[in-house]
Amino acid sequence: MAEPLKQHLIDPEYCIRCYTCEETCPLEAITHNDDNVVIDASLCNLCMDCILPCPTGSIDNWRVVAKPYSLEDQFGWMELPDQEDLKSAGEQNGAPVEALDDAVAALLKESHKGSGPVAVPSSASKPTINLRNLANPLEAQIQGNFRLTSADADSDVRHIIINLGDATFPVLEGQSVGIVPPGTDEYGKPHLPRLYSVSSPRDGERPNVNNLSLTVKREEFGLCSNYLCDLKKGDKINLTGPFGASFLMPDDPQAKLLMICTGTGSAPFRAFTMRRQRVLPNVERALKLFFGARTSDSLPYFGPLKKIPDSFLEKHFAFSRIEGKKKSYVQDELRLASDAIGNALKDPQTYIYICGMKAMEEGVESALNEIALNANLDWQLLRNKMREDGRYHVETY
Amino acid sequence: MTQKMAVDYDTMIPNNVGLSSDRRVLKALERWHPGYIKWWGNLGPVGFQESKVYLRTAVSVDSKGWAKFDYVKMPEYRWGILLAPQVEGRTIACGEHYGEPAWQEVPGEYRSMLRRLIVIQGDTEPASVEQQRFLGKTAPSQYDMRNLFQVNVEEGRHLWAMVYLLQKYFGSDGREEANEMLRRQSGSAETPRMLGAFNEETPDWLSFFMFTYFTDRDGKMQLEALAQSGFDPLSRSCRFMLTEEAHHMFVGETGVGRTIQRTCEAMNEAGISDPYDVEKVRALGVIDLPTIQKKLNLHYTLSLDLFGSEVSTNAANAFNAGIKGRYQEIKIDDDHQLNNATYAASQFIDGKITSMDVPALTAINMRLRDDYSKDALGGVKRWNQIISKANIEFELKLPHSGFHRKIGVFDHAPITPDGRVVTWDEWEKSRDEWLPSKADGDFIQSLMKPEWEPGKYANWIAPPRVGIDNKPGDFEYVQLHMA
Repeated sequence: MAEPLKQHLIDPEYCIRCYTCEETCPLEAITHNDDNVVIDASLCNLCMDCILPCPTGSIDNWRVVAKPYSLEDQFGWMELPDQEDLKSAGEQNGAPVEALDDAVAALLKESHKGSGPVAVPSSASKPTINLRNLANPLEAQIQGNFRLTSADADSDVRHIIINLGDATFPVLEGQSVGIVPPGTDEYGKPHLPRLYSVSSPRDGERPNVNNLSLTVKREEFGLCSNYLCDLKKGDKINLTGPFGASFLMPDDPQAKLLMICTGTGSAPFRAFTMRRQRVLPNVERALKLFFGARTSDSLPYFGPLKKIPDSFLEKHFAFSRIEGKKKSYVQDELRLASDAIGNALKDPQTYIYICGMKAMEEGVESALNEIALNANLDWQLLRNKMREDGRYHVETY
Repeated sequence: MTQKMAVDYDTMIPNNVGLSSDRRVLKALERWHPGYIKWWGNLGPVGFQESKVYLRTAVSVDSKGWAKFDYVKMPEYRWGILLAPQVEGRTIACGEHYGEPAWQEVPGEYRSMLRRLIVIQGDTEPASVEQQRFLGKTAPSQYDMRNLFQVNVEEGRHLWAMVYLLQKYFGSDGREEANEMLRRQSGSAETPRMLGAFNEETPDWLSFFMFTYFTDRDGKMQLEALAQSGFDPLSRSCRFMLTEEAHHMFVGETGVGRTIQRTCEAMNEAGISDPYDVEKVRALGVIDLPTIQKKLNLHYTLSLDLFGSEVSTNAANAFNAGIKGRYQEIKIDDDHQLNNATYAASQFIDGKITSMDVPALTAINMRLRDDYSKDALGGVKRWNQIISKANIEFELKLPHSGFHRKIGVFDHAPITPDGRVVTWDEWEKSRDEWLPSKADGDFIQSLMKPEWEPGKYANWIAPPRVGIDNKPGDFEYVQLHMA
């Protein structure tokens, strides 16, 4: 049986037949009759060139199909057909498609395991995925590479800014990019890409600058992390992606975010926070951050974070290696804030994001369980509900 | 080689035409700039100049990322000069120079003809901003208000596009014409805008939607025809303007559609099945379908007049000179010179509507108008679908092209919307069944109450299905600043 296919379609009810997409398509995959503008599935390579110029959003429709709809089918439509029930599509059916190449999809699946069968926040912006792949990576330039941790800290964490030049590479907060380390593996094949979560908001480090940033920790013997941490201003680098379609922030101004991270897991939360600062700077008491590291010296972005007023971003730091002090982990900080977290769990506008080392999951999970219990909530039921609503997300590695 | 697509934001005027190395034009535009800002302040949207609006600004002209969304105060909008990329080896698409390389400079013999075309196109852009300046105050939602302002700033940018061409290629008379653009004023007794339809105030939001659907669609057809021009800078300007124009069509088509949708919903909720029970429908605080048909009749026919006379030597000359083509000229399969071709043009002789084959070259306007009518029909079909989905028996129709015309062969001919020729007495007697009466206008006006709370919509219009830039329903599209 043929593999199910992701087909790009135009919503005929909402399209205004301006043919901007048709003019834009580099492959001439788009055509029209008197009634509808349609896409030839055999020609479309999902390059997404047509998405942004569409004035209506009708272009941004997708169906997973066993057999693609023909042009004649599409010419005759008055409205889009529902997603057919594709039992054979297995796990893919209904779940967000996070990447189109298998290697990256597998990486993301592993890192999102803790999320369970997760839905996307209903008000999240639509992500672009797989604009660039291994066959066609984007060559970008290093704009800056700054050490975030103090010189005598035991970890070397870098803030790396990558200039995208004239290229279009729309990345949403929470999405990742793929980096291919140069060289080949022991079998002479190119290395597989590594995924890094972007730490800048969608419109760049500064508004409307076409760049993005990554937060990278140098790992001993780490092939890709050492490659990245050693890059200098002006060096060229190959990017793939963007990837990820579920670990996204809601655009809903009512949404409240509870962000829990360790180390470089802070990258997406830096992006989330900056996005909120830019679009909803006056919404207070909507963001909570629980952030764990060994010491304040080794906590990425410790300085800038402290400058954000608590009314905008409520910060709880947990340090596990401060001499003469008891070890504290993020779960301990969560417990200390038990009442507030309990209230947050009751609030249907609360979104939970957990990002960092795999090892943190268990501790956080048990703390949330305990807090829920104290608030007379059934954590298992609540978590399932939150997953269904796209309000519970885990990305760990 | 394709030219660099990035937009230069270093100069006061964002552009992708290398202004910083073209001191003469840069200076001329910088001199024109303060007058433009003053015009925007005096005749642009009234009452919202200090509000921050979630607007789209073009930052590059390639397909991806040609638009970024952000909050901006309208007077601080980065109006700029953006041309679509130059197509290497482009040739003249029609007329006696067909197949020759496109002109990068103005050909001397066609100078005045070209200037006139650019001036007429340019004049409509600020005119519509002036016509719509009071609408913000009665916006039925933040979403609609934002769309209005987006349309307004883009019309402003289109003026910039035409003024650039005048300043760059037409020397001192170009400069003079650029200044005139800011001197003429919609509806002014002494210095009106050049075309009739652009001298009427847009009194209410249904008119605005009808205007953006029907009249901006004329703009689209004219831009399409100018995009075929052998004068390459004009072609490239118009091609990029068309991408923005699409948003205006969108505002019109969905605005009328949402008005119809709300009317149908309200009728069904109240159990009214007769669309002609106007009084009962109006009592629900929504606009009855027969009145929507009348508004359609009015705006469609006013827009048909903008195409000029069916048979026109001016249009023939422009085509023959290669400076204005037909709709989608390069996709038409013929000689592109119309040497022996004929076209069926409408005639009104001895009180009878007929048509006659005339040399196609002279019927360029008629052909563009026919293409327009076909294009305009698409949205009407979608509107009717909304009505039939609601199980209401009513069908909106485009009126006959002879109805209510002021220009061309049907000028002041007593023709009904369904194309019957009647006496003037009969026509006058039925006028209010076909066109909005004063009472209809008053009723629509009575519904125009502002609804500015994010996520809320006035009772007479349904919310949109998706937000701009995929924003959630209660997104604050305009951060109001009330002094």
